[in-house]
Amino acid sequence: MSKPSTSTAIDLRSVRRVFRVKSGMFAPERHVIAVDDVSFSVPAGSVLGIVGESGCGKSTLARLILGLLAPTSGSALVDGRQLFDLDRKARARLIQPVFQDPFSSLNPRQTIRDIVSLPLLAQGTFSSPEIERRVAQMLERVGLSTEQGGRMPSQLSGGQRQRVAIARALVLEPRIVICDEPTSALDVSVQAQILNLLADLRRELGLTYLFISHNLAVVEHVASEVAVMYLGRIVEKADTDQLFRAPRHPYTQALLASVLTPEPGKGVPDVGLGDSMPDPANIPPGCRFHPRCRIAIDRCRSEAPKAMAHSQHGMVECHLAPA
Amino acid sequence: MSALLEVEDLEVSFGGRTAAVRGASFKVERGQTHCIVGESGCGKSVTALAIMNLLAKGGKRTAKRIALGGQDLQPLSDREMSKIRGNKMAMIFQEPMTSLNPAYTVGSQMSEVMRRHKGSTRTQALDRAVELMTRVGITAPDLRLGQFPHQLSGGLRQRVMIAMALMCDPELLVADEPTTALDVTVQAQILRLLAGIQREMGLAILLITHDLGVVARIADQVSVMYAGEVVERAPAAELFSVPQHPYTRGLLNCVPIPGKVRRDQPLGSIPGVVPTIQPGFTGCAFRSRCSYAEASCASSITRRKATQTHDYLCRLAPGELGNSDLAERQPA
Amino acid sequence: MSNPVVVLPAAAARIGTLGFAAGVIIVSVIAAAAIFGNALISHDPFVQDLGKRLVPPFWMEGNRPEHLLGTDQLGRDYLARLVYGARISLMIGILTVITSGLIGTTLGVIGGYFGGRVDDCVLFAITCRLSIPVVLVALAVVGLMGSSLTLVVLTLGLLLWDRFAVVARSTTMQVRSLDYVSAAWCAGASTFHVLTREILPNIASHLAVVGTLEMALAILLEAALSFLGLGVPPPLPSWGLMIAEGKDYMFFSAWVIMIPGAALFTLILGINLVGDGLRNLLGTEKSR
Repeated sequence: MSKPSTSTAIDLRSVRRVFRVKSGMFAPERHVIAVDDVSFSVPAGSVLGIVGESGCGKSTLARLILGLLAPTSGSALVDGRQLFDLDRKARARLIQPVFQDPFSSLNPRQTIRDIVSLPLLAQGTFSSPEIERRVAQMLERVGLSTEQGGRMPSQLSGGQRQRVAIARALVLEPRIVICDEPTSALDVSVQAQILNLLADLRRELGLTYLFISHNLAVVEHVASEVAVMYLGRIVEKADTDQLFRAPRHPYTQALLASVLTPEPGKGVPDVGLGDSMPDPANIPPGCRFHPRCRIAIDRCRSEAPKAMAHSQHGMVECHLAPA
Repeated sequence: MSALLEVEDLEVSFGGRTAAVRGASFKVERGQTHCIVGESGCGKSVTALAIMNLLAKGGKRTAKRIALGGQDLQPLSDREMSKIRGNKMAMIFQEPMTSLNPAYTVGSQMSEVMRRHKGSTRTQALDRAVELMTRVGITAPDLRLGQFPHQLSGGLRQRVMIAMALMCDPELLVADEPTTALDVTVQAQILRLLAGIQREMGLAILLITHDLGVVARIADQVSVMYAGEVVERAPAAELFSVPQHPYTRGLLNCVPIPGKVRRDQPLGSIPGVVPTIQPGFTGCAFRSRCSYAEASCASSITRRKATQTHDYLCRLAPGELGNSDLAERQPA
Repeated sequence: MSNPVVVLPAAAARIGTLGFAAGVIIVSVIAAAAIFGNALISHDPFVQDLGKRLVPPFWMEGNRPEHLLGTDQLGRDYLARLVYGARISLMIGILTVITSGLIGTTLGVIGGYFGGRVDDCVLFAITCRLSIPVVLVALAVVGLMGSSLTLVVLTLGLLLWDRFAVVARSTTMQVRSLDYVSAAWCAGASTFHVLTREILPNIASHLAVVGTLEMALAILLEAALSFLGLGVPPPLPSWGLMIAEGKDYMFFSAWVIMIPGAALFTLILGINLVGDGLRNLLGTEKSR
């Protein structure tokens, strides 16, 4: 793996995706803003954690970057090239995914070896002995035996399947891997194995991860920077240590408060969020978090807060956040 | 007074081929929360279903004793059992959508429970439903009563399930992964609600989960299950500070704790996979993954006592399992 | 995981597999008879012997040992004709299913995968097809162009693809949303690869079930057309034609229509049992 040429692996600028939803034949078309004006840049070799509740747009963002969805507007630079203009093969060489559910991310009718060799085959530039060699190497690297390469996905356990998914993502030696909840379908003991494997591979191959998760404990363990998404927007972003030590946005504070660490005697925390659930089809005016915020003032109900940078990588979108 | 729920030597097998639960014993005291914790396939959900006599076809249970409030549940017919279910003991599941009937409104489902078990009138039942929905933090309960399950959010559905389970003042609530499908913020809210209701109503809860964070925050007593066996039983505080079984300790080491993480260090993990247990298996089921395993682990293991309330299934004597690496991870 | 496992009651499962086994046996026996039968039977299904007309089958009085199932009104050996008819029925069933399967699967997969306008067009095509009365069109076509085996196969094949299209479309939509299709896309695979390697193999089993049902339907339709004299032309011994030819004699020699009728019933039953069995196998496979 050659050294990355630039220090920035991926640079997203004002990426936005709007879904048009029609609920009935005569109902007016509604606009669901799933991803709203998201910008960030990730230094090569680091891990950006993206956290948020279901429906916050984190998976849509992943699908935009992977090219599974087209953005409504915005741009993304990878390696100095416009990501959204690249064709499938070129994009595949730069970005690969690891999905959440290892039971649906592997084709049940193909052998492990076929699954892992697909990215190489699709490029059309590798000879078959070359493909065979690389696949064997990759399988060994993720901890699978040659004999397991000939099996079908249904013969493997959840953890082994996720290893196959990782092998498939890395066999083309991409620059960026999008991990969309890669361990949330796994058991605790297996989750640790997979997280350790991902960390080893990143160091070894100089990879950059976008690590999407709802599990803040896991994100803290793997990420160097964390972005918190709420209803399609990044409301806070900071270095991991800073974010976990001194969260500035009230939503981040609530998220952190709701993490149940295995510390007996502490009881269940009061997260201090109201019952109203965020609805991407019905984003409140002003600050989008104000209906659930316990410190909201009148200004929050009418005026949307602007992003406020507080350090080199850090920003927060809140009227009341400490500078 | 004896414990509310007593389970002794519960065995469950499916089609005589796989032993899902092997000799599980535990007690749930009145007003306490007992957690059964373990990974998928360890038999924790099957244990709950076996207690409720809701095993899928082909499942066979035997036990020395399954008793609720001193009443032996084993000889009861299906009809007698269904009188107890939803009445003296109620159950909530991971995915509320599968246990709520999509064709009926929330109100009619909630009142049905009470009319069937208590013979109440419709008005009485609906009044009770409104009262409980307010208690579980549902705003505008009158409006919700007329809604269908699919019109509610996941957190709201789980609240409805809890309210429905409480309709007949049960003594025992069996909750199978009640918050696994929910967002972290909603999970904390629901667990806080459960803990509050328990204090208020003196309810006993049997909570099944894979999440050690949930266990630590809500449990009084914990049973750790592995491959169908209860490998360790202890009060929660003791289990987390001085685990005696290598599996329990391995599990604890796998969980990242915010503020205690060193990012350059790998997480603890347990190598290998859970074995499938055929009938006739002897010895410690964890030995294939255990760093303390030796030849004697293949013969049958006797249960050891660490303290009066803490026992475990391992050849190692109490304290023989070093706790050095664990202590470091525990907050002061 | 923690969902209670729903297991088919053991008895029902056993009946299900028994039915599947019975279906496979019935279909393979008939298929074997169709392929090898005429080699084993010394009689020619087309040779008439007016001296031996309407000889009854072996279980009735007046039978002749050389004609096991008797002869028809023109003295042709009934067993030989029955076996030859099996060949025609199966051939029509298989060819029709191949034709309609190709059309329906292609349309359905394309509609389900691309969605949007393309899907609207496919749906419109399906709706149009469903508003065409199959039997009437088949009658009209055969009536206009004269009856022949090829024409029957083509007419049925071009008309019976709707169920393939509906099933292929809905299963494609399901499979398409699965992560392995997304992963193949991200791996840079071509649309052709995604359609043929990722989607088709995973919907094939559903299509096989439809295939068996459509085959049964095609065989029945052919029999009906032949009965009306608009299917395969005489003297080819189609089962439907045999019933039609026998209907004038059925009050005195009921077996002339009972034998081909029973054969038709058994074959359709067998094919449907195979279809049901396949569907059950699929069901258990899906709930892993």
